[in-house]
Amino acid sequence: MIESFASQPWLTMVTFAPLVGALFIVAARLVAKKNADGVIEGEALTQLERSSKVIALGATLVTFAISLLVYSLFDPSLAGFQLVEEVAWIGGGVSYKMGVDGISILFVLLTTFIMPICILASWDSIKNRVADYMIAFLVLETLMIGVFCALDLFLFYVFFEGSLIPMFLIIGVWGSKGVKEFAGFQMSSKVYAALKFFLYTLVGSLLLLIAMAWMYATVGTTDIVALQQFDFPAGAQKWLWLAFFASFAVKMPMWPVHTWLPDAHVQAPTAGSVVLAAILLKMGGYGFLRFSLPMFPDASMDFSPLIFALSIVAIIYTSLVALAQEDMKKLIAYSSVAHMGFVTMGIFTGTKQGIEGGLFQMLSHGFISGALFLCVGVVYDRMHTREIAAYGGLVHRMPLYAFFFLFFTLGNVGLPGTSGFVGEILAMTGAFKVNSWIAFFAAFGVILSAAYALRLYRQVIYGDLTKEALMGIPDLNKRELFLLLAPLMFFALFLGFNPGPVLNVFAPSVDLLMDNMNAALGSAL
Amino acid sequence: MGQLVVLLPLFGAMLSMPVGRTFGPKASEYVTTGLMLIAAVLSWILFFDVAIGNNARTIELFTWIASGGFEANWAVRLDTMSAVMLVVVNSVSFLVHLYSMGYMKEYGEQSRFFAYLSLFTFAMLTLVTADNFLQLFFGWEGVGLASYLLIGFWFKKKSANDAAIKAFIVNRVGDFGFALGIMCIFYVFGSIEFDAVFEAVRNNAVVDPYGAVAAAPIRELQINFLDNDWHALTVIAVLLFIGAMGKSAQFLLHTWLPDAMEGPTPVSALIHAATMVTAGVFLVCRCSVIFEYAPSAAALVTIVGAVTAFFAATVGLLQDDIKRVVAYSTCSQLGYMFFAAGVGAYDAAMFHLFTHAFFKALLFLGSGAVIIAMHHEQDMKKMGGVKDILPLTHILMVIGTIGITGVGIPGFYLFGAPFGTAGFVSKDVIIEGAFAAGEVGRAFANFAFVMGLLAAVMTAFYSWRLIFLTFWGKSRAPESVRKHPHAVPDTMMAPLIPLALGAMAAGMAFYGDFVGKEKEAFWNGALYFSDAHHEETASTDHHKEDASHGAAEGDHGAAKEGGYEDSGHHVPAWVLWSPFIAMLAGSLTAAFHYLRGDPLRPGLLRPGGMIYAFLKNKWYFDELYDFILVKPALAIGRFLWIDGDGKTIDRVGPDGIAAVVAANAKRIVKLQSGYLYHYAFAMLIGIAVLVTFVLIRLGGG
Repeated sequence: MIESFASQPWLTMVTFAPLVGALFIVAARLVAKKNADGVIEGEALTQLERSSKVIALGATLVTFAISLLVYSLFDPSLAGFQLVEEVAWIGGGVSYKMGVDGISILFVLLTTFIMPICILASWDSIKNRVADYMIAFLVLETLMIGVFCALDLFLFYVFFEGSLIPMFLIIGVWGSKGVKEFAGFQMSSKVYAALKFFLYTLVGSLLLLIAMAWMYATVGTTDIVALQQFDFPAGAQKWLWLAFFASFAVKMPMWPVHTWLPDAHVQAPTAGSVVLAAILLKMGGYGFLRFSLPMFPDASMDFSPLIFALSIVAIIYTSLVALAQEDMKKLIAYSSVAHMGFVTMGIFTGTKQGIEGGLFQMLSHGFISGALFLCVGVVYDRMHTREIAAYGGLVHRMPLYAFFFLFFTLGNVGLPGTSGFVGEILAMTGAFKVNSWIAFFAAFGVILSAAYALRLYRQVIYGDLTKEALMGIPDLNKRELFLLLAPLMFFALFLGFNPGPVLNVFAPSVDLLMDNMNAALGSAL
Repeated sequence: MGQLVVLLPLFGAMLSMPVGRTFGPKASEYVTTGLMLIAAVLSWILFFDVAIGNNARTIELFTWIASGGFEANWAVRLDTMSAVMLVVVNSVSFLVHLYSMGYMKEYGEQSRFFAYLSLFTFAMLTLVTADNFLQLFFGWEGVGLASYLLIGFWFKKKSANDAAIKAFIVNRVGDFGFALGIMCIFYVFGSIEFDAVFEAVRNNAVVDPYGAVAAAPIRELQINFLDNDWHALTVIAVLLFIGAMGKSAQFLLHTWLPDAMEGPTPVSALIHAATMVTAGVFLVCRCSVIFEYAPSAAALVTIVGAVTAFFAATVGLLQDDIKRVVAYSTCSQLGYMFFAAGVGAYDAAMFHLFTHAFFKALLFLGSGAVIIAMHHEQDMKKMGGVKDILPLTHILMVIGTIGITGVGIPGFYLFGAPFGTAGFVSKDVIIEGAFAAGEVGRAFANFAFVMGLLAAVMTAFYSWRLIFLTFWGKSRAPESVRKHPHAVPDTMMAPLIPLALGAMAAGMAFYGDFVGKEKEAFWNGALYFSDAHHEETASTDHHKEDASHGAAEGDHGAAKEGGYEDSGHHVPAWVLWSPFIAMLAGSLTAAFHYLRGDPLRPGLLRPGGMIYAFLKNKWYFDELYDFILVKPALAIGRFLWIDGDGKTIDRVGPDGIAAVVAANAKRIVKLQSGYLYHYAFAMLIGIAVLVTFVLIRLGGG
């Protein structure tokens, strides 16, 4: 009985549950009353909007519940893939294969945890095309969970690239207003941001696709486990590694292919920014760990100096750039790039502390920067501006907001006791083993992070409340407090004091990864 | 009980705001102060149990971080070091809580203030009771956070916000070193637990760091750090010391401390005098065994400490803000503690840390009473004659001044302890310790001895200057202030009494335990004593280096005379008397200038002169840092953003590609939001087609 219960296709269910929700919304739209022109309006539209919000929230919550079930079936003391499902698909070595290990399971949970928050964050702030918006988010969730569960390279690619589309729409359709001069044309800034996001990612993914095809032709299967065990010749590894790198580095994003991120963040609606920061950016780091390190260990070690250099530049460069920002979201976006620098740095040290630190930093950044974007969203919903200079002295009117914003700012700064610290110190410790210069510069970035984060906080929250427009600004409402910020704070704080539950899940899989890598590197010598 | 001592203030911090909201600010004051009282009483009990009763132990709570060998637990380590700190922190914190009940009455927002005070105390306690470097770092940054919040407590004021951020960032510069130090310790020892690390050094264990060519005994180990080969323990000690410099406001990283006086005065007393700023001294003493086997690092500690003692004292001479005088005095006294540690007199450093807490908290809290009475005036030029308004405060401040300047009878022992005020006893131990260390060739010890004496002259001068300008002479305050001074509540005065007692007697009472006959039993292995070490390593090559330094410093005035013995304090009579004479010289100069005629008339250093300007502008450190660090960082940030991201990366990247596309197909302009769906759909089809094509071509299906 237990046996058969555990052997149900739970990963498929968790992956596609949001999609089912999306289908419900589509159905609701079909049955909604339409006027003579076939347009839904008035009472019917309000009705549809409300029901699509409820369906979306329900679907994300159900998904979260299933993911908890998945987690309860998962044995964290084992290293390999668990809950594996395999169904022949296209044939010829390409199959529908799902499974999770210690590296991916927590990202599935992170996704399912963040999504209800995103739906709730959009509850009042999205006014047009609500049903479409909810569909986009639900489809996005399916694709993101799929990325972390896929055990077939081809399947992974479909999820990985597919997630681009809903995100592209979320930025392009529900983004903020504004006009930008681009390539000689006037176009709205949100479309510019969406196109920039798309262009960057497209270039990366084309290279990835070519590499995939070559691997498939060589090995004869796209099974990730088989590919991880396959011994690619050192010469080929280099090219394959670079192709994968192109795709993942853009997603991360690493310097210098990071410039899409600030624009995307600034233009995206709040929930879009949250998903982007909390989950989409993590797909790059996950890709490095799932593919680059285990499949191309020699190339990974050969190219690690490149990664370190880019990571360090990212940490210092973007921290300095963050110092100069005038837009709240841009500042946090740049700080995200800096924080992702710690992730890539940690992963490619190939040390236990480094890899676990990188993984932990990804999770922690999901909570903390997600929450920071929510914090920006809170005041944006009220004032409709992200300009830092438009604020000041908010603490007088919004003490609760000031408290939460301070907490997440400190998390961003990596204060011990928040989850931000654990990832940073572990990643730097790993880096120190490899080369103290890397740790030296990374630690320097920690100083800069304090500078830009506290500057932002001080300009928005502290000082006298002098601006006329802010005199009536209300503090956090119950939804924002209890449903959005408090849960994120709980995790950022809990994992800050007791990261064990997460590190223990990572450990067996990271050990296995390192053993395999060391074996491969040893045999190559 | 150990856990309770640490956690009670945390409960206070968490309860203060909710309680204040429900029952009013008085309630949060009582709750936090009451919990602090319990914690203070418990820590005295622990002190007698652990330090006097030699019952050291460690209570492990639960694992914090564990990744490979990188393991740190939440723990309460109770040994003599932490017991001493528990007493200092909890006692002063309790008194400051009590004092604040009166002080903050006029300002409001008590719930928030008391929450921060208790939060600070909690962080400080986790720092001193850590049994590994990571928990120490947690407390270290935690006190930094509390300090940031309290300096910026009056967040409406721009200057307070500036000072708060400055404190946090300068401290982060120190923490940068500290964090690297922790990583280096892990790299070398494979552990960050105190016991494992200190044991390894004590036993000269053989270690084999990751990637090292060969294993080696720890004291001889060379590691590669920043592409150079260094002596491992020296690298570790120097990195840790950089952290200590930031937290304890030592020379070069001191600029935040005077600005920190923007915070409410009780905060200055608790954080920026008695406890937090001494964390650096605590760190060095905690790691005494590492510093002992890293002689170059110890020499650095000596130099920085001695220079700070001297530098801060010179700046203190000309400050007019009553709190800033005390702030620079703190900075200077911390310098004493550091050079004491640097010359190997860790017991003396801890002893001075202990006594300093009493008289410096007393001076700050007394200044707070003056500031309240004078309608929030801090400029001593506008004071004078305050002793008629605040007679009790005057007496207490004079006691504090006698305490810090060090009044006593040199060479006269009563019940085995020197007879004199707290500062007299502990400062003399330091100065004699430096002299003694110089005699055995400890690097820069003679330099420290000379600097310490010069600083003692200035300490006496500025301390009495404060008393004379503030309390004595004719009042220079406006009529309204003079006639109607604000009342100072009793809750503010009560805490000063025990502090005054401590300022008078703490030196004599604890001399025997801290630095006297019972010191070995008292410290019980928590501190490393150099006496044993010197015999042990007399033949190593480090000794040669020490000796040459000693010789170079010899002409600094410390002529070698007879009568010196290498144990205890049997130094020549002139050394014994020198601090006392220095104190007299400084005090008499102050009296000579400020007690005759107009106290505000120009003295030896005339306004407009170069030295005057140099000292008045605090050696121009703020201007220098602004010029070489702050402005460039902002400018580079702007440059990288506009020219790097905008003009370079985007122009060759997406904008460039798009421009090419746009030039060929002008239809892109039609991409309004309504068309995005079509566009996205086209992408989806594109992906599908591409994938299928590739698969078919490669013969997959």
